[in-house]
Amino acid sequence: MTSQVSSPAEQADGTVLGEQRKAAGGKAVRRLNRVIIRFAGDSGDGMQLTGDRFTSETASFGNDLSTLPNFPAEIRAPAGTLPGVSSFQLHFADHDILTPGDAPNVLVAMNPAALKANIGDLPRGAEIIVNTDEFTKRALQKVGYASNPLEDGSLDGYSLHPVPLTTLTIEALKEFDLSRKEAERSKNMFALGLLSWMYHRPTEGTEKFLTSKFAKKPDIAAANIAAYRAGWNFGETTEDFAVSYEVAPAAAAFPPGVYRNISGNLALAYGLIAASRQADLPLFLGSYPITPASDILHELSRHKNFGVRTFQAEDEIAGIGAALGAAFGGSLAVTTTSGPGVALKSETIGLAVSLELPLLIVDIQRGGPSTGLPTKTEQADLLQAMYGRNGEAPVPVVAPRTPADCFDAALEAARIALTYRTPVFLLSDGYLANGSEPWRIPDTEELPDLRVRFAQGPNHTTDDGTEVFWPYQRDPRTLARPWAIPGTPGLEHRIGGIEKQDGTGNISYDPANHDFMVRTRQAKVDGVEVPDLEVDDPDGGAGVLVLGWGSTYGPVTAAVRRIRDAGGAVAQAHLRHINPFPRNLEEVLRRYEKVVVPEMNLGQLATLIRAKYLVDARSHNQVNGMPFKAEQLAEVLKEAIDD
Amino acid sequence: MTETPAGAPSSLGDSPRGGSSGKGSSPGGSPFGDALALVPKAEAEQSMRDFKSDQEVRWCPGCGDYAVLAAVQGFMPQLGLARENIVFVSGIGCSSRFPYYMNTYGMHSIHGRAPAIATGLAASRRDLSVWVVTGDGDALSIGGNHLIHALRRNVNLKILLFNNRIYGLTKGQYSPTSEIGKITKSTPVGSLDAPFNPVSLAIGAEASFVARTVDSDRKHLTEVLRQAAAHPGTALIEIYQNCNIFNDGAFEVLKDRQQAEDAVIRLEHGSPIRFGADRAKGVVRDQATGDLKVVAVTAENEAEVLVHDAHAASPTTAFALSRLADPDTLHHTPIGVFRSVDRPVYDTLMAEQLDAAVEQHGKGELGALLAGNDTWTVVG
Repeated sequence: MTSQVSSPAEQADGTVLGEQRKAAGGKAVRRLNRVIIRFAGDSGDGMQLTGDRFTSETASFGNDLSTLPNFPAEIRAPAGTLPGVSSFQLHFADHDILTPGDAPNVLVAMNPAALKANIGDLPRGAEIIVNTDEFTKRALQKVGYASNPLEDGSLDGYSLHPVPLTTLTIEALKEFDLSRKEAERSKNMFALGLLSWMYHRPTEGTEKFLTSKFAKKPDIAAANIAAYRAGWNFGETTEDFAVSYEVAPAAAAFPPGVYRNISGNLALAYGLIAASRQADLPLFLGSYPITPASDILHELSRHKNFGVRTFQAEDEIAGIGAALGAAFGGSLAVTTTSGPGVALKSETIGLAVSLELPLLIVDIQRGGPSTGLPTKTEQADLLQAMYGRNGEAPVPVVAPRTPADCFDAALEAARIALTYRTPVFLLSDGYLANGSEPWRIPDTEELPDLRVRFAQGPNHTTDDGTEVFWPYQRDPRTLARPWAIPGTPGLEHRIGGIEKQDGTGNISYDPANHDFMVRTRQAKVDGVEVPDLEVDDPDGGAGVLVLGWGSTYGPVTAAVRRIRDAGGAVAQAHLRHINPFPRNLEEVLRRYEKVVVPEMNLGQLATLIRAKYLVDARSHNQVNGMPFKAEQLAEVLKEAIDD
Repeated sequence: MTETPAGAPSSLGDSPRGGSSGKGSSPGGSPFGDALALVPKAEAEQSMRDFKSDQEVRWCPGCGDYAVLAAVQGFMPQLGLARENIVFVSGIGCSSRFPYYMNTYGMHSIHGRAPAIATGLAASRRDLSVWVVTGDGDALSIGGNHLIHALRRNVNLKILLFNNRIYGLTKGQYSPTSEIGKITKSTPVGSLDAPFNPVSLAIGAEASFVARTVDSDRKHLTEVLRQAAAHPGTALIEIYQNCNIFNDGAFEVLKDRQQAEDAVIRLEHGSPIRFGADRAKGVVRDQATGDLKVVAVTAENEAEVLVHDAHAASPTTAFALSRLADPDTLHHTPIGVFRSVDRPVYDTLMAEQLDAAVEQHGKGELGALLAGNDTWTVVG
């Protein structure tokens, strides 16, 4: 059998340990330091569930991991076709890793379409487990195979395991009172069982999960568990699988603590609940379903006992409108959406800028323009978030860098919104939203204090000595205006989207006042306190700085490691705050001869950097709906270094 | 500035700090509660002056909006609510300047979106009395979607729809309630589209409270406001309002004493629907079609005259009443409360779900939530 890790691409990240031992059953056990598995099948084959379960098993085993679900926008695309292929990639290791991996070491292909759609990503020598039952003449023709790749030698360069998954599953379930079709459905659990055996995954979690998932259909639960165990036993007994693998827990990669696996959208939802608790304000979410943001709405709607109100509005505009109304009333208000929804919300975001009320706008970016690629990732809403409104309407922008970081980013966005009384953009993306990684569960006592003060009384004395309340009398330090919520006696006031007189907030068309208010709103956002940008430049001698933002953190960091492992020098910095930029950004940029900015768009951050600092930032772009691959980014950085 | 820091942990209830709810009055007659039960009462007697803000009113001289403003400011003291717990939210248009002139909390928002914004406010703050001020363009054109959804949800909002059948603030284009063939700046040879009848639309959206009144009839307007304010859920009040600049006299037939007698049908719950000189006309059901029609009342048919039932569960008859008016001449225009029925109120249901969640699962504990069910420990 070929080594699992053979391509040069992986070696920078660590190579296979040569250690091999014989297990009690007589089969060889080989130790690996990392593995990338991709499960691929029809949209209806349950690949996402299979991947999720394998991920949970892996997380509870203590490996570091990173995942990449990849599925079509259609709920059930035509069976057996290339557009209908759904996949789930999982990278796990005995050490700290950053990405779901460039190329899989193992592909589980449930049908010819899954094989065809994914084979191009596999390095030679990779293992392929195929469900031979699906390799019928008709299925092969459907995806354009002239001959059967399992027989025509085209897969000779790979380690192929032909397994009749469907037949074996049906055979394993013949004791159950199930139709053939029902029994067939458990073939993903058979595959999961086989992979769980191959990689020594703990099984209790999955069995528990199946029992509770099908609690109302105990027969189905039992059948799935039986298929899962049959898959495991098949691996253990059949001769085709002579070797199994161990990937030790990544103990060294993790600081002490209690961990769980978490996806970006879940972390973001939890971050919002945490922010609500830390601010001592009820959470209000106004939202309209949209991929890939809907899971946040789903999650928050389950936590009403935290005082969370979720409002599924009639459209995107009403979603943010209701949130803004709740903000006026003193809630921590949020709207969640993706790019097309932001376009619809733009006018209300402008109103929130003018009203100067706290509001979180969570944009889980996807491929655009227009409907674009709903289930794929992209970072192309940055300039929309920055500038997509009429008039001068500055809005702070915060971006998480990893799935787990969505939790902290939500708290940070809430801090800015509440402190400065402003709408804030939180720019996540499809890759972070659906990807997952281990997360050290924070001590809730250590979360930031986000409590605010509502205005309680007059804040201005008029010339005649009368004490009055002025809704646009600002805090001199933050330039924030008071948040006076209805129900507070004596502070009755009216606010609106028309330009307001400084201080009183009364309608004003005065030219000088408008000029002043436009500049003041800008100054408030420019003055938002954000931490300085940290630069990772271990030797201090690098000439090239790679500057990223958002979800490119994993691949960029992995690429930087490759360069350094190969003896090269490169500095890395990653922006959480894009508006305003950290105060030291200009100084950091000027420290380096070259600045490379990789983005999943056509150079939006680079445009901002070039415009603001007159720095000749080099843009490196990819807009194929997928995250960067570390190997390719390493090439880009190497070119910049050698240039 | 005197500000107090955040105090006790937030309650799940009706105000952000769980403060002022519960001072309210006892529930009214509706099984879904009194719309104002949770709204604190004023501590002292109020007068109309208390509700006038310090802002100069800037509608055109002679605008019907002045009369509505005066009626609302005059009515508010009758409600007796704490002024700080009243909020007016508006969209864009002449009428939407209304909140600036009310000495309550207020928001002048963006075109068409007031019902959405007010929904978020009302749903998160049941201790507030929330009013929406909108116009025919704001509510029925750019904001049509939000209006029908507010009505179907039955959020605790009172929507005042000023209908002048014209766009005033943009200087005189036809509106979604303008009659077909309307000659305006944007339709020099006549408008082509059929108008909405706001009352029909609201009943079609299954609004629980729908009424129509006229700007110049202060007594009638005030009575409708009173009923709307007490109604649990969304109340839509269409107010025929004269734009003396761009559509002067649009409702003259309903205002001119002589013409009004035959044009206006005053609806009163529990009374036969009769109008005209000597109440000689009446509304009866057409036995052949089931529709409503106007007849001369005679000794023979007097018993057939429809008795208005605003509380009928079915919206069918209320809808038929809304269709009596001729969209061009406004003859046979019913005014008053078409429909006032009890339906569950959205914000109450939402609050109940929160309470039920606490009852079932206990108050949310963040540490437990974050940990979930599947953890592992790394020992240092």
